[in-house]
Amino acid sequence: MIPGPFEYYRPGSVDEVIALLGKFGDDGRVIAGGHSLIPMMKLRLAVPEHLIDLRDVGGLNGISEDGDTIVIGAMTTQAEVLASDLLAAKCPIIPEAATLIADPQVRYFGTMGGNVANGDPGNDMPALMQCLDASYVLQGPNGERTVSARDFYEAAYFTRRGDDELLTAIRVPTPADGHGSAYEKLKRKTGDYATAAAAVVLGMAGGTCTAASIALTNVGDTPLYAEAAGAALVGSTLDEAAVGAAVAAAKAITAPASDLHGPAEYRTYVAGVMVRRAIERAHARATG
Amino acid sequence: MNDAAELTVEEREATLGGIGSARKRKEDARFIRGQGNFVDDVKLPGMVFGDFVRSPYAHAKIKSIDTSAALAVPGVAAVVTAKDLEPLGLHWMPTLAGDVAAVLADKKVHFQNQEVAFVVGVDRYAVADGILAVEVEYEDLPVLVDPKKALDKDAPILREDVVDKDTVGQGPRRHPNHIFTWEVGDADATEAAFAGAAVTVKEDILYPRSHPSPMETCGCVASMDATNGVLTVYGTFQAPHVIRTVVSLITGLAESKIRIISPDVGGGFGNKVGAYPGYICAAAASIVTGLPVKWIESRMDNLSATAFARDYHMTGELAADADGKITAVRATVLADHGAFNTHAQPMKWPAGFFNIVTGSYDIPVGHVKVDGVYTNKAPGGVAYRCSFRVTEAAYLIERLIDALAQKTGIDKAEIRFKNFVQPEQFPYDSSLGWEYDSGDYPAALKKALAAVDYDGLRKEQAEKAAKGELMGIGIATFTEIVGAGPTRNCDIVGLGMFDSCEIRVHPTGSAIVRLGTKSQGQGHETTFAQIVATEIGLPSEDIVVEEGDTDTAPYGLGTYGSRSTPVAGAAAAVAARKIKAKAQKIAAHLLEVGEDDLEWEVDRFKVKGLPEKAATMKEIAMAAYSNIPEGMEHGLETTSYYDPPNFTYPFGAYICVVDIDRFTGEIKVRSFYALDDCGTRINPMVIEGQVHGGLTEAFAISMGQELVFDEMGNILGASLQDYFIPTAVETPEWETDFTVTPSPHHPIGAKGVGESPNVGGVPAFTNAVVDAFAQHGVTHMPMPHTTWRVWQTIDELGLNK
Amino acid sequence: MDKIAVKMTVNGNTVEELVEPRMLLIHFLREQLNLTGPHIGCETSHCGACTVDLDGRSVKSCTIFACQADGGDVLTIEGVKGADGGLHPLQEGFMMEHGLQCGFCTPGMITRAHRLLQENPNPSEAEIRAGISGNLCRCTGYQNIVKAVRYAAERMNAQQEAAE
Repeated sequence: MIPGPFEYYRPGSVDEVIALLGKFGDDGRVIAGGHSLIPMMKLRLAVPEHLIDLRDVGGLNGISEDGDTIVIGAMTTQAEVLASDLLAAKCPIIPEAATLIADPQVRYFGTMGGNVANGDPGNDMPALMQCLDASYVLQGPNGERTVSARDFYEAAYFTRRGDDELLTAIRVPTPADGHGSAYEKLKRKTGDYATAAAAVVLGMAGGTCTAASIALTNVGDTPLYAEAAGAALVGSTLDEAAVGAAVAAAKAITAPASDLHGPAEYRTYVAGVMVRRAIERAHARATG
Repeated sequence: MNDAAELTVEEREATLGGIGSARKRKEDARFIRGQGNFVDDVKLPGMVFGDFVRSPYAHAKIKSIDTSAALAVPGVAAVVTAKDLEPLGLHWMPTLAGDVAAVLADKKVHFQNQEVAFVVGVDRYAVADGILAVEVEYEDLPVLVDPKKALDKDAPILREDVVDKDTVGQGPRRHPNHIFTWEVGDADATEAAFAGAAVTVKEDILYPRSHPSPMETCGCVASMDATNGVLTVYGTFQAPHVIRTVVSLITGLAESKIRIISPDVGGGFGNKVGAYPGYICAAAASIVTGLPVKWIESRMDNLSATAFARDYHMTGELAADADGKITAVRATVLADHGAFNTHAQPMKWPAGFFNIVTGSYDIPVGHVKVDGVYTNKAPGGVAYRCSFRVTEAAYLIERLIDALAQKTGIDKAEIRFKNFVQPEQFPYDSSLGWEYDSGDYPAALKKALAAVDYDGLRKEQAEKAAKGELMGIGIATFTEIVGAGPTRNCDIVGLGMFDSCEIRVHPTGSAIVRLGTKSQGQGHETTFAQIVATEIGLPSEDIVVEEGDTDTAPYGLGTYGSRSTPVAGAAAAVAARKIKAKAQKIAAHLLEVGEDDLEWEVDRFKVKGLPEKAATMKEIAMAAYSNIPEGMEHGLETTSYYDPPNFTYPFGAYICVVDIDRFTGEIKVRSFYALDDCGTRINPMVIEGQVHGGLTEAFAISMGQELVFDEMGNILGASLQDYFIPTAVETPEWETDFTVTPSPHHPIGAKGVGESPNVGGVPAFTNAVVDAFAQHGVTHMPMPHTTWRVWQTIDELGLNK
Repeated sequence: MDKIAVKMTVNGNTVEELVEPRMLLIHFLREQLNLTGPHIGCETSHCGACTVDLDGRSVKSCTIFACQADGGDVLTIEGVKGADGGLHPLQEGFMMEHGLQCGFCTPGMITRAHRLLQENPNPSEAEIRAGISGNLCRCTGYQNIVKAVRYAAERMNAQQEAAE
């Protein structure tokens, strides 16, 4: 219940954050919304000696358009995601998933950056970002770089982010007009991690699928981008044969843990069900 | 009083806000403002904090405990181990079941998260740091988690401390891991019935281990006043007087020098009946340091180390004739009690009242055998609205009768009508030893079936089944037994399970009532005032009810097992009637008539034939202090200790409809109709709330709660991350209804209701789930009905193609 | 461990205190400011009994450090009142609809409902259930809590209309 002791910093700029991260190395952690980190600190699973609060750091907030890209500041809260007219209009799968994260209180503080950066396989946004082919902007002592979400996750809690880098923004290619999307999440109760979840974004034209992207949450030690599953839909009318092939391809890449959510074979099975239902809903929403 | 004389009888009754009134609660005023006084709100000058070092191992020897680093942590004052408690004789404590339990692990640990050392410090932050600095060296031992293996010849011996004892307080035992065997009924006659039966059913039914998890965890503030030699303990106690007596017995302090206070308690559900190491350690630390010591456990401590519920491995059988009339019931149970027998039940009943397993049915013969065993798990067993193992018994019989219905092809409602104890059979002597007080089971079920359009539902179910859709209808017609209990067979550590009520009426016509029970949300400040209001004719609004301070409350056995209304409620009525009897004498004196010339009407005595000549209770109250008849003492107060002549038997008919997603195994509770008969209904609003809460617990138990252990004895899922507490989103809507069949032996005919929704709810849910698969020959599915378990049944049957 | 200064308004009052950086807001409120209305029911941020309002947002005060709330505006149950200083319609609703039994979840529940009604002054039953899904209750089964929030919404909307 009680975290270990730490020194507290409230820098005003990204540069200051990076300097502090460089100075403290392993002993320093940034805190965004804190709703992943603080629970871990209370159980003493994380014992940073230096806590760097991002709340006063400029340039990390807001949701905006940059040409054909939607830019989401890392400190954007889930509540802000849910209130965003831009996302509702242009990328509704993101607020759809946000509704399924935790509960109202957590959503007021939990951030997009926090949800994608720490590599927790149970988080929902990473699979979504892979589905959307988003990329993460990382700033470090050597400047800024961008890493694709599809390349970012290496293992549970291990990502491509260096210890001295800060994730400052998420860049999402704006999905095509008329696209259909859905995030289908099976969970034991509201706010729980997924037993299995699937994100689907697809485009239709004249009854034929022109593009499809599928990713899975919590059925592996990282989010899983189901490339073959998406490919199985492209060029089809989303008939049973194509959908069945997509489901099979998605299930084939799962490697879920057997835990209190259920045995591995069950989680793989329902991952398939989530993929199927997400395809159906995305199809219904797509125009074209 | 002219004003009062102008109100009608109905208006005067309404003013009383007495029995039957759905009046709002008095206790709400402080809770809605955040002004409740819960244990963690209690702050005393100089107060320090204490908490535990807990064992990561389920079974291990303690080789050494090094406290030096912990003592060096800033703010840490002391680290207490079993060695320190031994000279005080407090390192072990007697349990409410005749066994002993470690207060701090003495040479070995018996379950994961068992208390090993108690760190005392200036605040909870220092103590948390101190706990991490205590170094304990363990040597792990073979672990026993499967109760089925507990009595094997080569099973690890868990309780070395009692290995030479041939009893641990519950009769002879036959193995070091054996606690007791309890048998009731007629084994031979039962066997004969089975041998000759046209139909039999047999099911292995597990009621898995769960935990009541009240929103407030357990805790206390212990404060030893060295000057006066008085120990005061504020704590989360459902039975404050029992705690006082037990503390006196184990510390040697005179009971007159111990004050136990249960302030506001944030939910109990049986979790807060027994004494926990935290209470003893806080008290010992206070005695030694002279400072008040607070202990508040975490949620994970609560779920993993305090009294769990259930864990009954049952095999149940019914014998019946060809028409589905039951001729015998037989049950064998393996009870996993954990590492110590801390079962909180009347001591002569090691398996509680499990022999209520005849349920609502007229079963001529039966036999029950329960074996209790030790395992490397936290101790407990009786908790969670179980009414002393009644939840287990009701679950078993309601599952078996459904299995019998399926085997005989008889409709599940019809088979119940066929087997009900009939209204004219009451009081009914069951073949397993209970005298049921009253009931009308057919009326309850008829009403329920009509309310849900049962025939329509069965029709719909058949239509859906033809399309491969899974819909289930679950019926539970339960009878339970509450109100422990008659002192001839109910005691706790020798204290008879009576209860008490003291009433004092003030000169200006208001009153204070104190009882030996202790509400943890059941609304006693309101409902007991209502009972007294109706009996003595003063408004419930003017009757203050107090519980929980052993310095002022009359002795009682506390609140659990729905005993408050049957026992303390009866005491309240009896005490009120004594008040009324004295009031009648005073009225006769005031009105200058004989006592027999008076009749009582709502709030006054009237002279028969001269209705204008009356004395209200308010007037009588003043007279009791100012104008009494010759030979009478002043005052208008009394105390009643009530020894109930029998238990009470609330009953109900619940019907649950579920729709099951055959691809994910998700269960949607479409509707739940609950008809409860708790006899006389004191406050319908409070009753409805109790039913809502109990059904929600039953929903949680049947759909998701389990405390699982791996083979190393690690407890899995003991945090709210995993332990299923439903939110408002998952929780179904409850439809409640009632019938009223008063208890003939209770002064106001009331029976109690708190436990019923958990007793009847769990079988209703499971029956519904199994019913969805009945067409495929499934006769039982184990709880909890998590999506993956349901899916396994679906997948095996190929229903998801 | 050196303490740092924090300053915030709590229920309209300015407070300036020294705290360890690791002091959780719930402990700051309960132990240092003696506001024992919000309660602690777990340590994994699930139960919501500790819910307060911070800068217009519901927050589980067990999952935020006091120093993170520096400069902030905090509302606890002790600050929930009606416009005339009497009971807030939510408090009235909880009493009228029997939306509480043991009272332990009640402060967090009412404080959360208070913010919910500002997010959505006329929530449906489903919206209320979703809106309080971060607050656990063991006693009531939520049904009467939902009614209590509807009671308050209706009162407040009627007052609003009367004022217009």
